[in-house]
Amino acid sequence: MTDIMTPTLGESVTEATVARWLKKTGDVVKRDDVLVELETDKVSLEVAASEDGFLSAIDAEEGAAVLPGQRLGRIGAAIAGGAPAPQTPQTAAETSAVPVAAKASVGAATAAAEKPLPLSPAVQRVVTENKLDAAAIAGGGKEGRITKGDALAAVKARASAPPPLVAATPAREIHAREERVRMTRLRQTIARRLKEAQQTAAMLTTFNEVDMSAVMDLRSQYKESFEKRHGVMLGFMGFFVKACIAALKEVPVVNAEIDGQDLIYKNHYDIGVAVGSERGLVVPVVRDADVMSIAEVEREIGALGKKARDGSLALEDLQGGTFTISNGGVYGSLMSTPILNAPQSGILGMHKIQDRPVVVRGQVVIRPMMYLALSYDHRVVDGQGAVTFLVKVKDHIEDPRRLLLEI
Amino acid sequence: MAEYDVIIIGGGPGGYNGAIRAGQLGLSVACVEKRETLGGTCLNVGCIPSKSLLHASEMLDLANKQFARLGIDVTPKLNLPTMMRQKDESVAQLTKGVEFLFNKNKVEWIKGGGRLTGLGRVEVTDAGGATSILEGKSIVIATGSRPTPLPGVTVDGVRIVDSAGALALPEVPGHLVVIGAGVIGLELGSVWRRLGAKVTVVEYLDHITPGLDAETAKALQRSLSKQGITFKLSAKITGATASKVGVDLTVEPAAGGTAEGLSADYVLVAIGRQPYTDDLGLDVVGITPDPRGFIDTDHFATGAAGVYAVGDVTHGPMLAHKAEDEAVACIEIIAGKAGHVNYDVIPGVIYTSPEVATVGKTEEELKATGVTYKVGKFPFTANSRAKVNHEAEGFVKVLADANTDRILGVHMIGPGVGEMIGEYCVAMEFAASSEDVARTCHPHPTRSEALRQAAMGVEGWTMQA
Repeated sequence: MTDIMTPTLGESVTEATVARWLKKTGDVVKRDDVLVELETDKVSLEVAASEDGFLSAIDAEEGAAVLPGQRLGRIGAAIAGGAPAPQTPQTAAETSAVPVAAKASVGAATAAAEKPLPLSPAVQRVVTENKLDAAAIAGGGKEGRITKGDALAAVKARASAPPPLVAATPAREIHAREERVRMTRLRQTIARRLKEAQQTAAMLTTFNEVDMSAVMDLRSQYKESFEKRHGVMLGFMGFFVKACIAALKEVPVVNAEIDGQDLIYKNHYDIGVAVGSERGLVVPVVRDADVMSIAEVEREIGALGKKARDGSLALEDLQGGTFTISNGGVYGSLMSTPILNAPQSGILGMHKIQDRPVVVRGQVVIRPMMYLALSYDHRVVDGQGAVTFLVKVKDHIEDPRRLLLEI
Repeated sequence: MAEYDVIIIGGGPGGYNGAIRAGQLGLSVACVEKRETLGGTCLNVGCIPSKSLLHASEMLDLANKQFARLGIDVTPKLNLPTMMRQKDESVAQLTKGVEFLFNKNKVEWIKGGGRLTGLGRVEVTDAGGATSILEGKSIVIATGSRPTPLPGVTVDGVRIVDSAGALALPEVPGHLVVIGAGVIGLELGSVWRRLGAKVTVVEYLDHITPGLDAETAKALQRSLSKQGITFKLSAKITGATASKVGVDLTVEPAAGGTAEGLSADYVLVAIGRQPYTDDLGLDVVGITPDPRGFIDTDHFATGAAGVYAVGDVTHGPMLAHKAEDEAVACIEIIAGKAGHVNYDVIPGVIYTSPEVATVGKTEEELKATGVTYKVGKFPFTANSRAKVNHEAEGFVKVLADANTDRILGVHMIGPGVGEMIGEYCVAMEFAASSEDVARTCHPHPTRSEALRQAAMGVEGWTMQA
């Protein structure tokens, strides 16, 4: 009997939700078969069978919250009572030719799993006095038992946890033409983090507009040869990433974060690029974008976007960004005030390119214009810095030759 | 040529327990032992016979000192040959017991000395000098240890003896000098002290029982001193001349200084034990023991394919139960199972009177590693059972993590504590907190209540002191 455990979810991720079981109890499984999908704050991940056998028990049903190291279910040995393993496991399962002894142990294992391990006296006291849900505490003791330390940690965690956003008040009744749908873990996290950012930062947005002519001309001129040479489309993001890095270098505090009474300046430029996916907005990070060429940036964004659509983003892909670019323009937004991606201090909002009459050298001309928004944490970045930043971005986009000359 | 799944070299606690476990798991197994009986040092000339003499001598001591107080008037008289004979009979019964277990679990006992002659090959030389070759898929070295010799003090087996010799002295010495204040020296010194000898323990270090929790070690030294054992600490023996009637020793301060003479009827050299790893053919399979003779292993696997080592020949405490646990885990690993030894929970017992029992970290170790901890302590003077038995010496000390309350170490000195430490081993194996023990019902009146009261003490609610 092998336990199927919740894997380590990565730093700062403490909990996952069981999204879907792909196998039923009693199903024959082969090593590396995906058994169950988990959803965390940031990514969804799959848990595969570590050995051949059959799924003998499911401990965490769909929708259940699980912690790293918590048992999700169990795999029973393929060989039971000395009987040889079925030659064709799939057929064996379908014709219910799983060895009788194995079937018997399914029942036994399920029964055992339904009955939680008894709590030790000290744990019982801590759980009762603090009204904890013992089932929700990850056990670090032998066979996953909860130790007093685990229970005390749960008390502490609850004390420091932010008030829950959902179900704080009793759920209201549902009327006939309403539908209640549980927010996915990703949605809950987005909700919580956005609210955190709003509560923590002194958030303010400054605007500017940028004439996209130069970049668009450049793009139409070299579109084909760029794609031929680099195997990736030439978009606008590469230019904006590079322009932002130039601006961040000019106003380093936008690339910094607050830590208690200190400021942490980051001498690396890891740019988060907000990407819409089926599951919601995710922000994969283009790492060390300052040392990349525009082609490399475009290629990386393409790869991360594909991963986001496949749902195969790893936690590492999402962590540790120093600045974020959000492009509401792809959905047609003309103007918006993006919310910071905490603990970062700045986020650039790109918008829809729209032909507008503008005055150039005393003449009204039609130019492809885009509004730019920079939301920033006013605790760190003062108004002058924010405006300088945005002007710098504007300058580089309006004259992309500057990118080449680094001026 | 016989071929086995497992060949175990050595029939001590590591070897015989490993062999039994292998038999249980359906492996074909041979156990090579050069002694005429199974059980190794522990059963033949170590733990077991020494416990026999400790018990018998303690009875004599009680009869001499305690009975009158309880209203029993007797005039005890020592019969040393009988005491030795009952010890030998117990040992014989127990070695036969291992033989029985071998038969029961289909373990083949090969008599003779084993030596590796290649990967998977063991050459056995029997008492008559005839050799045979065994082949095994896995070979486990469990050859144990032997007393460490002391330069300048040659064990002659007559007047200057090692631990085995001290278990079979022909008479009660007028003056026994014990060199080394470790577990063996103190236990055997206690035996002869109770049987009437004057006992002097000479120790190189400035404290007894190195590695023991310091507070507990001090309490033990105080108690043994009260019983009449003389300690010469920070002292070294630099010379020994044995005659027909005794031994003349030269003692010097460990730091250097003026030498003085010390005469003894018998001398016990008990400065430690060293792994038995020479003449095993280790070089043939490419195993090089470290300078002190220990074999390095990774989960019992040596560098050589299919060759494993357990017990005293490997690093860690030289204890029979450690060897036993390792052997079981090693065999389970060989059988493809999940063998495991938790080195944080290996108890140690000193069978003096009072006994000392300990498991986990000492206060000194916790301080050195910067772990914040709380102490709960309870004296046996406040324990009713110990009190009515007139054996209220000692205490129980529980060390627990200051943040999680997890039990990190337990050190006790007192009556029968060796039989009580197992409770804390189970608790620690399950990562229990002091409160878990404090909230577990213990029978009244028993000495085991002291374990609970000490656990309560960690969080400041000891009720009976």
